[in-house]
Amino acid sequence: MKKSLSLATIFSGVLMILVFWQVLSWLLNSPIMPSPIEVIPIFLTSMTGDLGLHFLASTGRVLASITLAVITAVPAGLALGQMPKLNRIFDPLIAIIYPIPKIVFLPVIYILMGITDISKIFLIAVIVFFQILVVVRDEAANLLPELILSVRSIGAGRRALFRYVYIPASLPAVLTALRISIGTAVAVLFIAEQSLTTYGLGYYIIVETYQVLLYAEMYAGILGMSLLGLTLYFLIDYLERTFNKHLYLEK
Amino acid sequence: MIEISNLTFSYPNQSRLFEGFSLSIKKGELWSIIGPSGCGKSTFLYFITRLIKSDSGTISIDSEISNRPRPQTGLVLQDHGLLPWSTVQKNVDLGLTIRKFYGPDGLHAPSGSKLDKNAEKRIVDYWLQRLGIAELKDKYPSQMSRGQRQRTALARTLALSPDLLLMDEPFSALDAPTSKDLQDLIVELNRERDLTCITVTHNIEEAVFMGRKILILGKTTNRKPEIISNLSATDFRHKSFQVMCAKIRTKLEKST
Repeated sequence: MKKSLSLATIFSGVLMILVFWQVLSWLLNSPIMPSPIEVIPIFLTSMTGDLGLHFLASTGRVLASITLAVITAVPAGLALGQMPKLNRIFDPLIAIIYPIPKIVFLPVIYILMGITDISKIFLIAVIVFFQILVVVRDEAANLLPELILSVRSIGAGRRALFRYVYIPASLPAVLTALRISIGTAVAVLFIAEQSLTTYGLGYYIIVETYQVLLYAEMYAGILGMSLLGLTLYFLIDYLERTFNKHLYLEK
Repeated sequence: MIEISNLTFSYPNQSRLFEGFSLSIKKGELWSIIGPSGCGKSTFLYFITRLIKSDSGTISIDSEISNRPRPQTGLVLQDHGLLPWSTVQKNVDLGLTIRKFYGPDGLHAPSGSKLDKNAEKRIVDYWLQRLGIAELKDKYPSQMSRGQRQRTALARTLALSPDLLLMDEPFSALDAPTSKDLQDLIVELNRERDLTCITVTHNIEEAVFMGRKILILGKTTNRKPEIISNLSATDFRHKSFQVMCAKIRTKLEKST
């Protein structure tokens, strides 16, 4: 049984961070650690202005990457999981590529795909792809043969199996993989956005604020990035509770 | 109803389970199949469903050669095969949902079997009621007992109004009152709608209760079917019930 975060947990978590932050800014007493009392108003006003646009640009990139990764990794993972022969062929390749930090290919991707949003989206998608692929593959391989046999016995062919067994069976795996890879995706986004673009939170934090010593604004950007990560995380949490009710049951 | 002729089969690298095996089963008959483990009794059942193909030989159902799973054949397994992410109601409705998904194409669903939403709900409700799981309809499989899950699996199969019901060790993991209850239900359905039933079991009493004809399979290659007619089927109190059990036991001991 899984547990999801309650509002009270979130509230007390945020409160603790703010207190910790405030104490730290008193202790350090340096421009690199402005107080939340200074930063939060800046965050709120700039979110309706230029920071908001940077936020949207980043959100768009990350969502596009995740979508691209999901629609390619899920079918591939299902196929590998249900076809042991195919899996035996690709398994060594996946085993080698999986742990490589794909971000090192950033320059290669820029050269091959051009300095556009597409290459940033592609890079993040590749990283998320492998995480989903592996989890979905293992999940599909563990599907009970009895389950498939009995659903076939009530008339399901390949298409119905896909729709009524494989897809719903892999959904928890996809969401688990996403939950794990969201952090990586946002981190890679941050790095990819530091150059060769003029919109995005990475650009905002590094180029527009940090390099010109606007530390309070920089923290507003950091808050924006945190908000992006948190929002995605809670979105996944919400999807899990909606589609995977059976994992949240009280016995 | 079922004509099996010249069936031959072996699993890779194993000795032959069946060779030139023929058997005929009539509509409305109540059969049980018993034998030691590894004798191919479950495999035999899967041939009839066509979920496994034999090496050679033909199976025809209703004088039609059957080469792929047939929508009017119902199969119930010991491991219920319920969808863990769906409620009881949705699970019972699954077969009908799949039929709707394909439409009445004659392959996945009997042709001309179009159902409107109300009729579908009536059918599901009827079987939920009849199997005594109506109150559980919003529960998930993990919240239920084995017996309740097996009731759900039966309801799911019966909701498709099969004319042939095949069961592989359907009640062997259940407690005695539950399995008795479900055995009675199957016998009732057999009488009520002339439903042909074949039960595979390793339990001698179950085989005697559930089989007016009992097919005994042996561990060595099965060539000629050994069939025992059983008058004491469906009646534990029949004077020859225990005699029949003893007879089957002797036969099984000989065959291993």
